[in-house]
Amino acid sequence: MEKKENKKGSRPHKMQESLPDRIFHVIVLILTITTFIVITYPLWFVIIASVSNSDLVNQGKVVLLPKDIRFYGFQQIIRDTRIWVGYRNTIVYVVVGTLLNMVITMPAAYALSRKDFKARNPVMLYFVFTMYFSGGLVPTYMVINKLGLIDSPWVLILIGALNTYNLIIARTFIQNTIPNDLYESAMLDGAGHFRIFWSVVLPLSKAIIAVEVLYYAVFHWNDYFNALIYTSSPEVQPLQMVLRRILLQNEAFAGGSGGVQGGYAQSSADQVKYAVIIVSTVPILLVYPFVQKYFEKGVTIGAVKG
Amino acid sequence: MNNNQIKTAGTKKRGFFAQMLHDWQLWVMLLPGIVYIFIFCYMPMYGVQLAFRKYDFAKGIYGGEWVGLANFIQYFTSPMFKTTVVNTFVIAVVSIIFSFPAPIILALIINQVRQEKWKRTVQTVVYIPYFISTVVLVSMLNVMFAQNGGVLSDLLKHFGIVADNANLLGQKQYFVWMYVFSGVWQSMGWNSIIYLAALSGVDPSLYEAAKIDGANAIQRVIHIEFPVLVPTIMILLIMNMGNILNVGFDKIFLMQNTLNMGVSEVISTYVYHLMAPTAGAPQFSLATAVGLFTNVVNFAFLMGTNWFSKKTTGSGLL
Repeated sequence: MEKKENKKGSRPHKMQESLPDRIFHVIVLILTITTFIVITYPLWFVIIASVSNSDLVNQGKVVLLPKDIRFYGFQQIIRDTRIWVGYRNTIVYVVVGTLLNMVITMPAAYALSRKDFKARNPVMLYFVFTMYFSGGLVPTYMVINKLGLIDSPWVLILIGALNTYNLIIARTFIQNTIPNDLYESAMLDGAGHFRIFWSVVLPLSKAIIAVEVLYYAVFHWNDYFNALIYTSSPEVQPLQMVLRRILLQNEAFAGGSGGVQGGYAQSSADQVKYAVIIVSTVPILLVYPFVQKYFEKGVTIGAVKG
Repeated sequence: MNNNQIKTAGTKKRGFFAQMLHDWQLWVMLLPGIVYIFIFCYMPMYGVQLAFRKYDFAKGIYGGEWVGLANFIQYFTSPMFKTTVVNTFVIAVVSIIFSFPAPIILALIINQVRQEKWKRTVQTVVYIPYFISTVVLVSMLNVMFAQNGGVLSDLLKHFGIVADNANLLGQKQYFVWMYVFSGVWQSMGWNSIIYLAALSGVDPSLYEAAKIDGANAIQRVIHIEFPVLVPTIMILLIMNMGNILNVGFDKIFLMQNTLNMGVSEVISTYVYHLMAPTAGAPQFSLATAVGLFTNVVNFAFLMGTNWFSKKTTGSGLL
């Protein structure tokens, strides 16, 4: 509001502005431009390197614009089944995993948001305690082993099915945004908790649902740790594990054991790497704009009092 | 209101089981979460006893004989104790020093931008790196900071920031900086969201009053905007401190190579290497003991910071 007024009357306003203030705003502008460049340049570089001749990239000649444009890297990826198997698995883990996360988190958050729920504090403590104390890697591995989940796709869906931090922000959001009167009138109409949750709470919680979906989906998308610990067969491993083998362990280029990669030179191999980075990052980037409008609202209200 | 009062009065008289029956729908809604947490968090906690036992491959996790504190003593007296603890603390402390204030400063700067369109653009762009996975981030580091022809290592060499023959990915002295600054790059924007949100709640009349009093822009930042952020800062700082020894396994593990192992082996990667060694038998008991040690230290830091925060600023987590 205030800013709009400033804009309208910007001329006279700027005239009155003191010299230190003007210098300050120039510095702010310079700092934001620097930040912009620092953030975007590495991303831009990956894009231009993915379509440039890798020999030129490696000689440091590709800096601002692509040179000797070719799409060899992308062509290789299209033919590489490992990536698509990883992709398929990751999509399954993200979709099914996030769905499960929401089915567990949202009802629990509602229950814990009810101030008239007598067991609220002990149950909350039951959850919060696990944020600060855990059995550790080995005991968790042993439990998952006992359950027969090692190397099963289910382990990557079940692990992290409820994140206590996400539970807390959802609970805080519901507690702070849904007025008590709504509950009271719903109860007068004879609605039970299930009905209230479904018809009152969920429709009013779109912002926090967006936030939770984003948090959980990004977790599943990026998770390689659990896949590293609990899985070993390539058929069940997610994209990140495939990426790790291709990008960091240079698996594909070690001797062409995987089939398609045969005998292409290291320079082309590098182009494949940049292309892999793009192909594996763009989908998750595309998700963000869809949830962004809810995001800032949701994250704020949910986190006011952690 | 009246209805509510009657209800509360009524509920007070119920016994435990009657109360549970009354709230049965809420319990049903909590059940999946309670069961999940029980299986994946509390059952492993029971397994922590392995830290005080000798692991027996035949008898399983609860079957080995009790050895008291032997596993802890083995860790504390091994040369890896000093290495892992020092590495963990160095990385954690340098991380907090740089990556904790970065989003605060960024939020304060973005908040000063008056060109709305530019402000939106910067805000959207700084979020992007957050969505890049750790695997991809580390591989970007590997290509851009490669010793020969890495576009960013060339840039640093050109400006004389590092020596001409520096190997940023291999030499030990660069590891922490690569780790910390790539982390700042990745999460600064994302972490600034919460501070920007807090700043949007500043009462506009405060600005007016400050202007009338003749405060300049910097004074307004220091005296109006920064104080608004303090409670958020303290809560996030406590939460960060409570995780001090959990410095991201994910990125460090991927950044490790034989050259930098001396500075990159932290407690969490050490636990993994004990459990899944490249050669020899896994040392489950020792790994559990090391994990438990981390937990205890983290908890102490959390409590310590919380206590300190309550004393100094009045706001705390617990």
